[in-house]
Amino acid sequence: MSTQDETDPSIAEIQPDSNIESEFDQVFRILDDDGHLLPGVDPGLSGDKRLAMYEDIKLARHFDQRAISLQRQGRIATYAPMTGQEGSQVATSYALDEQDWLFPTYREHAAKYVHGVDLPSLLTALLGYREGYAVPEGVNVMPEYIPIATQVPHAMGMAWGYTLQGKDDRAVLCHLGDGATSEGDFHEGLNFAGVFDVPSVFVCNNNQWAISVPRERQTASETIAQKAQSYGIEGIRVDGLDPLAVYVVTREAIRKAKNPVDGERRPTLIESVQYRYGAHTTSDDPSVYRDEADADKWRKRDPLKRLENHLYQTGLLDSEREAEIQARIEEQVATAIETAEAVEAAPEQIFEHVYQETPDRLQAQMDELNELRKKYGEGAFSGVLE
Amino acid sequence: MSTDSINDHPSNGEVQQLTLVEAITDGLSTEMNRDESIIVLGEDVGVNGGVFRATDGLYEEFGGDRVVDTPLAESGIVGSAIGLALSGLKPIPEMQFMGFMYPAFDQLVSHAARIRSRSQGQYSCQMVVRAPYGGGIRAPEHHSESKEAFFVHEPGLKVVAPSTPADAKGLLTASIRDPDPVIFLEPKLIYRAFRQDVPTGAYKVPLGSASVRRTGSDVSVYTWGAMTQPALIAADHLSDEKGIETEVIDLRTLSPLDVETIVESFKKTGRAAIVHEAPKTAGLGAEISTIIQEEALVYQEAPIQRITGFDAPMPLHALEGYYLPQAVRIQEGILDAVEF
Ligand SMILES: Cc1ncc(C[n+]2csc(CCOP(=O)(O)OP(=O)(O)O)c2C)c(N)n1
Repeated sequence: MSTQDETDPSIAEIQPDSNIESEFDQVFRILDDDGHLLPGVDPGLSGDKRLAMYEDIKLARHFDQRAISLQRQGRIATYAPMTGQEGSQVATSYALDEQDWLFPTYREHAAKYVHGVDLPSLLTALLGYREGYAVPEGVNVMPEYIPIATQVPHAMGMAWGYTLQGKDDRAVLCHLGDGATSEGDFHEGLNFAGVFDVPSVFVCNNNQWAISVPRERQTASETIAQKAQSYGIEGIRVDGLDPLAVYVVTREAIRKAKNPVDGERRPTLIESVQYRYGAHTTSDDPSVYRDEADADKWRKRDPLKRLENHLYQTGLLDSEREAEIQARIEEQVATAIETAEAVEAAPEQIFEHVYQETPDRLQAQMDELNELRKKYGEGAFSGVLE
Repeated sequence: MSTDSINDHPSNGEVQQLTLVEAITDGLSTEMNRDESIIVLGEDVGVNGGVFRATDGLYEEFGGDRVVDTPLAESGIVGSAIGLALSGLKPIPEMQFMGFMYPAFDQLVSHAARIRSRSQGQYSCQMVVRAPYGGGIRAPEHHSESKEAFFVHEPGLKVVAPSTPADAKGLLTASIRDPDPVIFLEPKLIYRAFRQDVPTGAYKVPLGSASVRRTGSDVSVYTWGAMTQPALIAADHLSDEKGIETEVIDLRTLSPLDVETIVESFKKTGRAAIVHEAPKTAGLGAEISTIIQEEALVYQEAPIQRITGFDAPMPLHALEGYYLPQAVRIQEGILDAVEF
C-alpha cells in the first residue's frame, strides 16, 4: 500500500515462532515492541498530536476499568471492554476529518469519544437509557450497532449516497470484529463498496476472538485483509497495538477514499491485528475457552505502554507530565459518571421517537401505563417475577 | 412462585431438581445419546457451552463433530442445518438470541417452512431451531425480543415456548422427534428462576397441547413462556384480595395452537385476558382473541383483554420493567374483563 508521501512504510519481518508471532507476520508497524520508531518511518503526527493521542488512549483505558467496576457494582449493565484495543480505536478516529462518519460496534467507546461523543453519553446508554444513543448536532457518529455486521452495508450506503450527491469531501469509516467477517452483511457490504467504488474504510478489529470462537475457526482465509481482494478493493494488515501505525494506515485510506489518484480504488479493508485482553463482555468468562497465558504475550506489545515509551524516548513526556495527564483523565471520567448517574428514568421515553408523531394507539398505551404508575407507584414496575 | 400442577409427564419414577436451562441441556443430552443423527450447531455452543450454558458439557460428552462451533453467521447456520437435515441428520441449530435470528429469517420462511410442501412431501426438514427470547434480564438492545408472531405466521413452522423445566425437556424431546421444523423459544428470564422435579430419561410433552396451570371459573388467562409467572402471581393475588378465580392457561405450543383447550376454558368462564411480552399490534393475542370469537362468541360476557408489551421497541434496561407486563397490569386487565 502506498502511504502518505513522507512515510516509508515498514513491514515488520518477524519469523513466525508461535501463533502470536505469526499473527504479526507481514503487518505494517512503526513502533517496535518497546516503542522505538523503526528506522526510516514517519509517524505522520506532530509531537503534540502524539501526546494528545496518548492522553486519549490513557483515558480510554481508565474509562474501561471504571466501567467494568461499575458493572460489578451493578450500576451499569453488560459492558464490552476494550482494553488492548484502545490504541487502534483512538488512532482510527484521529485519522478522520470532522466531516467523516463513524459507524461503531458496541465496543468502540474510545473511537466514538475521540470523534466527538461525550463521555456522559457513553455511560448513559450503559446505564440503560436510550437518551445515551442521541448524538450531538454536528458529531458524525452513529449509535452503537449490536447486531453483528449490520453496519457494514449502511456505512457503504452512506458513502455511496454522499458521492451520488457530489459531496466528495467526506468518507465513512466502519468498525467491525473478526467474527463479523462471517456474516452475509459483511460480504454484501464490501462487494457493493467495490462495485460502486465508494469512499468507505472498513476497519476489522481482529482481536482474535468472537466470544469463544478463535479467528482461525471463523475463516479459513490466512488473513482477513486478503478478503478485500475478492471484492476488488484494497486490504492491509496493520499492527493494531501500534497506534501510530494504525493512524498512518487509516489516514492514508481516508485520503484515498476522498482523493484517489489514477488507478486507485476508494474502499479499503484494514485488518487491525490486536487482542482482546479481557472478557468479551462482563457476562463472559474467557477462562472457559482460552489460555490466559496467551494474553500475556500480547500484553508485551501493549499500545499504551508502547506509545508511552516512544514519548519518553523522544522527550515529549516526563513523569511530571504523565502525572498531570493521569489526574486530568481521572477527573474527567469521575465527572462523567456523576453526570450520567444523575439522568433520571422517564418511562414516557419508551413511547417517544417511535414515530415522528406518536399514533393515537401508542399514546393511549402510554396514558394507560401512566395511570397504573399513579395507582401502584414505581415500585410495581421494578421486576416481572415479583 | 407457583410452579405446581406439573403432573402430566409420564416418568420412569426418577426425578432431579433442575432449572429450565438445565432441563434443556438434559433433554439435548438424553436425545443425543438415543439418536446419533442429532447434531447441535451454532455460535459458542461448543467449548463455551453456550452463552447461557444451555449446551454445557455436550461438547465434552459428544465431541466437536456433534456439538459444532460455527462461524458467526445465522443465515449460514440455519441454511446449513437445512442441508444437514436433507442429508438425513437431525440438526439443532442454536440462535444465540432471538433478536439475532433475522439474518436466518429468509432461510426459515423461504425454505425450512416450505421444503415439505415444495417437494410435495418428498423431503422434509426435521430440525429444531433453539433461541432464547424475551426481556427482563437487563440485556443490551436487541437481546430482549419476543417476536414469536413472525414465526407463527409462517405455515410449515411449529413454534414452542415452554414455561417450566419439566415442560422444557418434554417439549424439546417432542420437538426433536417431530418431523417438521420447530422454532423452540426459550424464556431466558426464567432460565434459572426456579427449580422443579424433572423426570430423568426420555419423555415427551406433546406439541399442540396447552396446560392448565391454575383452574378457575371466573376468567381465563392465556399466556406462555416467562409471562406465565406474573400471570399466576396476578391470579393468586386476585383470588386472595377479591375472591376472583382465574384459570391460567399456558399455551406451551404457539403453532399449532391448542384451540380446544382455549375454547373449552372460555366456554366455562366467558371472559378472557391474553398476556404476552411482544407488542400488542398483530401479536399472537389478536389471533387467540379471534379464535375465541369464532368458536365461542355466544359464551362471551366481556371484551377480551390483551395485556402486552407496547407498540414500541423494547427500551434499554433501565425502563424494561415498565414495558413488560407486570402483575399489576395483568391484574388490572383481568379486572377489566371481570368487572365489565
Ligand atoms: C447477528 C448477531 N448474532 C449474534 C450476536 C451475539 N454476539 C454478540 S458479540 C458476538 C461476537 C462478535 O465477535 P467479533 O465480530 O469478532 O467482535 P468482538 O466482540 O470480538 O469485538 C456475538 C456472537 C450478535 N450481536 N449479532
